[in-house]
Amino acid sequence: MTRTTTTLGAKGAASGQTGPLHDLAGEQIVDSSQKRDDGLWQTEFVVPGMHCAGCMGKLERGLGSLEHVASARANLSTRSVTVTWDKEAGEATSLSEKITALGFDHFVREDDNAPNDPRAQTGKLLLRSLAVAGFAAANVMLLSVSVWSGADAETAQLFHLISGLIAIPAVAYAGRPFFNSAIKALSARQLNMDVPISLAVLLALAMSLFESLRGGEEAYFDAAVTLLFFLLIGRYLDHLMREKARDAVTRLSRLTAKGAMRLGPDGRIQYVALEDIAPGMTLRIQPGERLPVNGRITGGTTEVDRSLVTGESDPIERGPGDELEAGILNIAGSIDIETTSSAQNSFLAEMAEMMKTAENGRGRYVGIADRMARIYAPAVHLLALVTFIGWMFASGGDWHMSIYTAIAVLIITCPCALGLAVPVVHVVGAQQLMKHGILIRDGSAFERLSEVDTVIFDKTGTLTMGVPTVSSASIDDDVSLPAIKALASRSNHPAANAVSTYLADAGELTATEVREVPGFGVEGRIGGKLARFGKQAWVAEISTGNTGEGSAATGFAIEGGPMALFGLTDRIRDGAGATIDRFAAMGLPSEILSGDHDKIVSGTARELSVGQYAANTTPAGKIEYVRTLQEQGRKVLMVGDGLNDAPALAEAHAAMAPGTGCDIGRYAADFVFTHPDLRSVSSAYEIARKTGILIRQNFAIALIYNSIAVPLAMAGLVTPLIAAIAMSTSSIVVIANALRLSGTGDWKKADERAMGLGPSHKSSAPVLLGQGEVEAT
Amino acid sequence: MTHLLFLIPIALGLGALGLAAFFWSLKSGQYDDLDGAAVRILDDGENDIEPEKRE
Repeated sequence: MTRTTTTLGAKGAASGQTGPLHDLAGEQIVDSSQKRDDGLWQTEFVVPGMHCAGCMGKLERGLGSLEHVASARANLSTRSVTVTWDKEAGEATSLSEKITALGFDHFVREDDNAPNDPRAQTGKLLLRSLAVAGFAAANVMLLSVSVWSGADAETAQLFHLISGLIAIPAVAYAGRPFFNSAIKALSARQLNMDVPISLAVLLALAMSLFESLRGGEEAYFDAAVTLLFFLLIGRYLDHLMREKARDAVTRLSRLTAKGAMRLGPDGRIQYVALEDIAPGMTLRIQPGERLPVNGRITGGTTEVDRSLVTGESDPIERGPGDELEAGILNIAGSIDIETTSSAQNSFLAEMAEMMKTAENGRGRYVGIADRMARIYAPAVHLLALVTFIGWMFASGGDWHMSIYTAIAVLIITCPCALGLAVPVVHVVGAQQLMKHGILIRDGSAFERLSEVDTVIFDKTGTLTMGVPTVSSASIDDDVSLPAIKALASRSNHPAANAVSTYLADAGELTATEVREVPGFGVEGRIGGKLARFGKQAWVAEISTGNTGEGSAATGFAIEGGPMALFGLTDRIRDGAGATIDRFAAMGLPSEILSGDHDKIVSGTARELSVGQYAANTTPAGKIEYVRTLQEQGRKVLMVGDGLNDAPALAEAHAAMAPGTGCDIGRYAADFVFTHPDLRSVSSAYEIARKTGILIRQNFAIALIYNSIAVPLAMAGLVTPLIAAIAMSTSSIVVIANALRLSGTGDWKKADERAMGLGPSHKSSAPVLLGQGEVEAT
Repeated sequence: MTHLLFLIPIALGLGALGLAAFFWSLKSGQYDDLDGAAVRILDDGENDIEPEKRE
């Protein structure tokens, strides 16, 4: 294709992406593609910026217009485009170039998310099982109702046989998720809830079949299938919640450099994928890009933001010969680096390794449902055995009668309400969290969060915004504000950004000959005169009056004029104080764990009235600190955003990270909050606590129901009708109880009412679907 | 009794038809992109960025 297309660059910017758009390398695309049976290749591109029908149509038609593309299908739920194309007829790179030309940043979906991903398969299997169980339950129940309402013996037997014909294949198909899990647990010599469930369903089925074949009056086919149906609902909701959260977290992924521009020996610049970067290559890193691997600067000077590594937000000057770690953000000038590591052994990879070890510990946590099962399952099986032996004595050795009653005990105690008790509360809880812009990664996180007794905050980026803002300004009347803005707006330096935001309302003025002087600031000409914006001492060279000694403020001056000064501080995040107060009111001490200087950390601690703090901590120091606390028996909630917090996040009993944090930090956290307000953290804790209470209440309800039903069953008084009624009512009560969770921890609503603002996003959508809209910043 | 011989197979057959329809819709990917389906209706297909293709 030789025709040029209009570039709609604004779209890419609107999607919240930083940095320039990159074309992907051809090999990278082919590696992540799959060859289909018909010889065409299928590739899935993730396009985070796609957010409306217009974008979808543009991508589909744009890609579809390429000659070698057979079809392009956009998916808004996963923010991706699936392209099938002919590898013989055209280049892979042209696909990527096309998406870039349409103005979208994009990357290829990694292998673990491929369409034949086991998780997607689980979802489909659960949904199909649910449909089969629903079909069977409805039909068997209808037949049962006519039996209960007094069909004659002949009809009853016919109906039982038909029920059996429906129930047996249905259970064989829809029961698989439970049977598989029960077998897995048993082969690991453990008991989970699925063991009594599977046993009850199978025994009920076997007994009912035997009874109906020999012309007995009672059959439990309805109990077996409705049980499966209810439990599958719980299982599917649980799965849906996890999928939604996982998708949203993947979509936030953007900080890791996917590759870099390589300066070849022949002087040509070429894109290399992250995996292909080897030690000894020369890479050119533009301002606004992150280092993909560790490296040493060979050309150019710049300032870098090491906040992901140390947590410290002040830019640091770096020149030729200096070593830089992977993940560092280049702020000021273009630099060439010689790589000293590959992607597998870079600083980023080391951190990932530390986290993996820490996370193993968390994997050993046993959820409340399984802990219950460890007590409940043996108790139920024992009761059934006791019933059997008891009836053998009482009836003088009537086998049939004794087995029948024992199985009735198993059916009636089958943890239907217990199976729903946990997932329903988790789903309602997750929905509640999503209303607050908090994503949860899995159900057990609720339980862990509700148990914590100490909260540890990282400072930069968590308690503070991680971005400096102007806290004080001294500007003489004769310094023109538009002139300052004209220079400040030309740099990407955080200080310059802060000042241009501060002066957003100032008028427009144009500066000429603007250039960035790495390590000092920007200079240019305004109205023919030299003007400088940056380090105070550097600006003082051209200004009058101020020598610029002993201050870290940012200055501005026009040649021969007075200097304007801006004091910059990292602003405390909204709601930080309120959050710490809230935790204190609930009896949880807060602590600060930061990689920043002692002076700054103590200032923040004082301002937020936090008693305990530790400064100058390394990533290893943070993990050690958390581990020591936990060895003393404390349970820690770690809240942090940076790469340096990631190991500690993984080690802590529960962890939370802001959506603006680094990828690895978000993956290590159980909860990700996407609102800038820190009160999300205390809201999440309150919701988790409420969730814990509701789960316990639900267990109590289920147990009360059992304590009434079990004696009846043991006495041999239970009929299939009683079993059906008891099971349905206990399930409904448990679900109704879970719904009481709505409205917990809602600081936002109270705030909006007070300030007269409308809700900032949809707050009432059906269960889960449509709630995952993430406000990425 | 005889009318049951008709009614029960009919009832089950209709139920099975529904089940089959659901399986078909699941397999043909109608639940893969619920958000997309909701907004696609707003795309009238005319904001094409390539005028040549629009004849």
